[in-house]
Amino acid sequence: MDLLNNLFVNLYDWLAGALHALAAGLNLVKDAENAIVAAVMSLVVIVVLLLWLVLMVLVLIWLERKNAARIQDRVGPNRVGPFGLLQPVADTIKMFIKEDIVPTNADRLVHTLAPIVVAAPAVLAFAVIPWGKGMFPVDLNIGVLWVVAVGSIGTIGIFMAGYGSNNKYSLLGGMRAVAQMVSYEVPQVLTIVAIVLMTGSLSLNKIVDAQSGWGGMQWYIFAFPVGPIAFIVYYLSALAEVNRTPFDIPEGESEIVAGHHTEYSGMKWGLFYVGEYFNFFLVCTIAVTLFFGGWQGPLLPPYVWFLIKVYALILLGMWIRMTWPRFRVDQLMGFAWKTLVPIALVNIILAALATPILKAIGLI
Amino acid sequence: MLDRYGIVALFAVVAALFPAIALAMAWIIRPKKPNQSKLTTYECGLEFEDFPEAAQNVWVQFRVQYYIYALIFVVFDIEVVFLYPWAVAYNALGLFALVEMAIFLAILVVALAYAWRKGLLEWI
Repeated sequence: MDLLNNLFVNLYDWLAGALHALAAGLNLVKDAENAIVAAVMSLVVIVVLLLWLVLMVLVLIWLERKNAARIQDRVGPNRVGPFGLLQPVADTIKMFIKEDIVPTNADRLVHTLAPIVVAAPAVLAFAVIPWGKGMFPVDLNIGVLWVVAVGSIGTIGIFMAGYGSNNKYSLLGGMRAVAQMVSYEVPQVLTIVAIVLMTGSLSLNKIVDAQSGWGGMQWYIFAFPVGPIAFIVYYLSALAEVNRTPFDIPEGESEIVAGHHTEYSGMKWGLFYVGEYFNFFLVCTIAVTLFFGGWQGPLLPPYVWFLIKVYALILLGMWIRMTWPRFRVDQLMGFAWKTLVPIALVNIILAALATPILKAIGLI
Repeated sequence: MLDRYGIVALFAVVAALFPAIALAMAWIIRPKKPNQSKLTTYECGLEFEDFPEAAQNVWVQFRVQYYIYALIFVVFDIEVVFLYPWAVAYNALGLFALVEMAIFLAILVVALAYAWRKGLLEWI
């Protein structure tokens, strides 16, 4: 059991040890050897994490399509591989061999850079997520701030796509996307303040540790009334931040074709798609870390618990997507500024008042 | 401290390389057969012959109202920059910090209410 719990930590230690043994043969100064081993090890961690994320995206695409099909009383993908499991792989291959079309009128440089600017920050934010006990690429003491800061870069990429395409649907989609993502970022970051206040730290590892006691009752989701309010505000604004139905105004197939990716094809479009799923996965992992005790849970290994919780939230998001119709654009902006922002502001004061009481009764 | 940010820098490099490599791979594999009608801007219900270059250009001036959102966003984002350190240190600071932050938030709520009353939060 202990072996399984610490599987990846042990693997890391073993590999680091092997590298040290290898580097010892070079007869370097101790400091140089340590630096080289540390650099190689972090590179290994980053590449493994990146491959893992790509795998997760493939799983999410399959899950989303299968789920949508089930909810709409269809069968969904079932031709490629067992249960259609290889469908995302086939899609990826198709993406690679599709012709890339840049319209004559488009700003070529901006048009090409946009998908990179969308996909790269989404990966970057995963740098601080604790995936299990001792399983994090880097433990920044400003983890929460890092996630929030990096997460907002993607907005620029989407606007670049809208502007660079020189197409009216793209421009409208880009404009809407910026307005929406900027508006929903405010309640999202405001609501995290309540959690930071209860923990007294910005490090995601400390936030997870703070939720360890009482067999799960110290998860912030149970810190009544602050936690549940914060979670609902966070989850709704996170769904809006990643442009998923019912908040998919920027893409709105039935009104502005496909918004910012109207003029994209092939791998560039694929990168937007991948970026979208990275972001969706990211907001769910952060929600789990902040509100559901991160990787903590009984019996099963920590990383398994983490994935179970993340996938529960992802399924919730898919359910919401399949159930609700799209917001109207003015209702959408109104919902951010007139409902979520006031609730988040009140929640901060509530958290400040409730924290001493909750601490006294041991709920947090 | 420095090595942590070293890892973050490494992360940034790999994160930027990942989409670039994907694009480069696709560039090697994919076919390249452009023609005039493929390269026109997408339009719904019009043939590309009766859709001259001038009509395709959409880089226009946007209405000012739109930028109000950006302004309000900047106000609130800067507020958040103040809120995070306050929240981290709250347990050590006690009642004084609470009152001070309540005043700070009250000023911002007044600003939000003003913008709301003026109809700046309406999307038109």
